[in-house]
Amino acid sequence: MDEVVITLGGVVKPGTARKNKTGSWKVFKPVVDHEKCILCMRCVNYCPEPCISVVDEKIEMDYDYCKGCGICGDVCPVDAIEMVYETKG
Amino acid sequence: MSVFIVEVRIHGRGGQGSVTAAELLAISAFKDGLYSQAFPSFGVERRGAPVRAFLRISDSKITKKTQIYEPDYIIVQDPTLLDVERVDAGLKEDGMAIINTPKRAEELDYGINTELKTIDATRLAIEVLGRPITNTAMIGAFAGATGLISIGSIKDAIMERFSGQMGEKNARLAEIAYERMR
Amino acid sequence: MIMRKVVEGSIAVAHAVRTIKPDVIAAYPITPQTHIVEKISEYIANGELNAEYVRADSEFSAISILVGASATGARTFTSTSSQGLALMHEVLFNAAGMRLPIVISVANRALSAPLNIWNDQQDSISQRDSGWIQFYAEDIQEAHDLLAIAYRVSEDIEVRLPSMVCMDGFILTHAYEPVELFEESEIRDFLPDYNPEVYLTTENPLTFGALATPEYYTEFRYVQTRAMERAEKKIAESLKEFNEHFQRGETDLLPVHGPEDGDVLVVSSGSLVSTVKEVAEKLGNDGFGVKVGKMLCFRPFPADAMRKIADGVDKVIVFEKDVSPGSEGAIFSEVKGALYHSENRPEAYGFAVGLGGRDVPERVLEKLIMECIRGERKEGFHFGDVRPVREAIL
Repeated sequence: MDEVVITLGGVVKPGTARKNKTGSWKVFKPVVDHEKCILCMRCVNYCPEPCISVVDEKIEMDYDYCKGCGICGDVCPVDAIEMVYETKG
Repeated sequence: MSVFIVEVRIHGRGGQGSVTAAELLAISAFKDGLYSQAFPSFGVERRGAPVRAFLRISDSKITKKTQIYEPDYIIVQDPTLLDVERVDAGLKEDGMAIINTPKRAEELDYGINTELKTIDATRLAIEVLGRPITNTAMIGAFAGATGLISIGSIKDAIMERFSGQMGEKNARLAEIAYERMR
Repeated sequence: MIMRKVVEGSIAVAHAVRTIKPDVIAAYPITPQTHIVEKISEYIANGELNAEYVRADSEFSAISILVGASATGARTFTSTSSQGLALMHEVLFNAAGMRLPIVISVANRALSAPLNIWNDQQDSISQRDSGWIQFYAEDIQEAHDLLAIAYRVSEDIEVRLPSMVCMDGFILTHAYEPVELFEESEIRDFLPDYNPEVYLTTENPLTFGALATPEYYTEFRYVQTRAMERAEKKIAESLKEFNEHFQRGETDLLPVHGPEDGDVLVVSSGSLVSTVKEVAEKLGNDGFGVKVGKMLCFRPFPADAMRKIADGVDKVIVFEKDVSPGSEGAIFSEVKGALYHSENRPEAYGFAVGLGGRDVPERVLEKLIMECIRGERKEGFHFGDVRPVREAIL
């Protein structure tokens, strides 16, 4: 059997969630229409993960961690985010 | 003495209704006059996280309480799980895998050595329910592929579990998947 | 007419509670217990159960509310797990000392730290000295049935002690099985209404749990211990009467399964008993005489029955889901304690297994039992399914 390492008191370093790329969980993927986007930042603030940021004056989605919940698309006031069905497998 | 016991492992992601699928199959089998047992893998319940649910069907009282390590059947609700784990771990040689994927069985490059059946349940669910919730399609597919449970009992179980239009749509979805697999 | 349905364990328990008709339920949610009180609150909201439901601000409050309610003569219920039961600890002693027949359904779960939501029995085993009767259910049917037995025994004037009905979290609370569910009319025949002789009203104020000085305290504990001894007899009677009434369930305080003349006795509790039975049956086919003792109640501890079923065996093996660091498994200690007075003391082996939700497959139990049979294990207590460990500092 594999040896298991147990730290004193089970103390761990922060940031371990970064290793778990939850992006594979999504069925629908948010895609931004940058022509429509007014950079209001609502999606940035509402993303529960948070994996939406602004890079060079453009909304950028971190698909490594986006679970496809669709909240960004819901709160977008100009319908600039479309949830696209990802065919997989 | 037990004449037969069938063990099924359902792989899915949180929110896809894998536990409900196991529950509905257990209720359906019971309606068919069999003993049954369903239980989840008891993970931390998060939408999207890989989850497992288990089902046992037998002609006599089921006392086993352990998880299922050597299933007779596996049901895979989400094709992306094939990239993250061996869903066929422990699957019996004469068993069967039923996988939700748009690919045909012969196109699926995963190395499953047992009988393999595929169904594009996500597409069917979006067509019938308008949502990518595949559990009722997959239990219909299971009934069609195995012949272990009657589609009548499955439809009854679905109608009892979901009321009104939701129940009717899911029952229809199960029946379509059932017919595809026969 | 028998109502037999495939239901989730938690829902079966909630259904049993509905037919038992408690007057007051106070609860605070905790995994894996939550489905039970959720369903009960739904029954009340739908008018299917006429009871007062108090959403407490903690488990400490929940049990404290029930102490007050029970003192007024109400039939009371709550359900909890793990840290929730630990938080009730102080009040559990008060409930037992005041001789209030409160019933808790415990969905057994590991204690922190490290944080773990999964099943073991450390939470309720840790409450063994609180003065509560403790039942352990093997399957969903039993978790449902034992509630009626718990109320009947607890409310009996000869006993008047609170009860916990423990069921393995997730393994039983979240599993679906066919269950024969109580009809209200049949429960009415088995479990009479609770009409205590002494109860609190605004017109007749009374003091519960008043000061007992050193001149009296010992005697209070003495009579409480005697009540627990009487509970043993009452449980045995109630099991038999339940079986006559409903044609199902165990009829012994310490049921034994397998060959009467077996050389090996394996003792376990809760859902693990089912797996142990499967393994014993398989070993029986291989020519080994292994019988299984099911610890249906841990308090009162059935010491006499334990001696009786262990009479003539060479080895006793205990599998349990708890450990007392610095000592050993609590059930193992008590089984050995009971067997100290046996004429032919058997060898004794104890194993902690299935801690924090680790699944206990048949092959693990079979290996451990065979190691004991072959003399490859030292007598005493071991961790049964531990992996090799290296201790480190971050």
